[in-house]
Amino acid sequence: MKNLKLFIPFIIFLVLAAFLLKGLEKDPNAMPSALIDQPVPAFSLPNLIQPDQLVDASLFKGHVSLLNVWATWCPSCRSEHPFLLSLASQGVRIIGMDYKDRDDQALDWLKKLGNPYAVTFTDTQGKLGVDLGVFGAPETYLIDHLGIIRAKHVGVLDEQVWLELGEQYKALTQAMAKP
Amino acid sequence: MNRLRQSHRGALAVMLMLLSCCAAAVIEIAPLSNAELEARYRELIDELRCPKCQNQNLADSNSPIAADLREQIRMMLEEGKNDEEIVTYLVDRYGEFVRYRPALNASTAMLWLVPGALLVIGLVVIVIVVRTNRRGVETTGELSLTEKLRLEELMNTASLESRKSDVSGDHHS
Repeated sequence: MKNLKLFIPFIIFLVLAAFLLKGLEKDPNAMPSALIDQPVPAFSLPNLIQPDQLVDASLFKGHVSLLNVWATWCPSCRSEHPFLLSLASQGVRIIGMDYKDRDDQALDWLKKLGNPYAVTFTDTQGKLGVDLGVFGAPETYLIDHLGIIRAKHVGVLDEQVWLELGEQYKALTQAMAKP
Repeated sequence: MNRLRQSHRGALAVMLMLLSCCAAAVIEIAPLSNAELEARYRELIDELRCPKCQNQNLADSNSPIAADLREQIRMMLEEGKNDEEIVTYLVDRYGEFVRYRPALNASTAMLWLVPGALLVIGLVVIVIVVRTNRRGVETTGELSLTEKLRLEELMNTASLESRKSDVSGDHHS
């Protein structure tokens, strides 16, 4: 019995080590989104291409879409852009949200680099950004055909990320086609 | 006399420096409409975490999103929202993460309860250690009969042993 007592510090050490080891594998920047499985917040924002036309959340009804938050001031968005173009050419519906940006620069960007977005709207004030829990660009949301947010990726969307997100996208598309 | 005054001046300078470090956290465009709101605002941005720069609170961060959120909080304060409504607003959007003082629920229970539990365990251990020590002191006062007998026996064997080692020790010396 007495010998067992001597092992208590060692056991505590083992438990602590196990927790710390597990902690090492976690991505410290990964932040769970509070909006998963929630509908896209209500908004009414101008279309970038036709500023007199207002866009709202009904945009997401009837299609599975990606909502990509981007801006011309964001260097990572530039490196992400070619991949978005290739996704768009594969038929993925991408909605662009031009976040806290200038319209003229955004239009210039799309003209020069190509436009992967089915629709782009502008959140100049960053109001919808706050409602969506955006804290930087780029961020990408996967939204189902009912307008419910299903997944969120913070940072550049690339092939690696798409391996998983793309599976979810396919699954949602199939689920939509079934009933 | 002059020297004393100089040291006072030094102390004053240090105190002023300490003050400036707290005041310089954020530069706002305009103060809120009344002092009570301003105080609540200071408290809120001190306790809420910036989602972008995870080791800073909203007061210290100068990232654009922190500025947006500060603006949002100011607006909500002016609208007459209470602190709870404002915190809930942010938690709904950015998750429990934004609170430096998380709410007590199933996933944060460990966080809240373990320190208290450890404190209690520590106190119990201290009490046990002190008690056993005190008992040790008490018993050294007077030997019981059995203890006296045991002592005598030990002394006898000890003297026997030492005699034996004296004999065997002869070979070496």
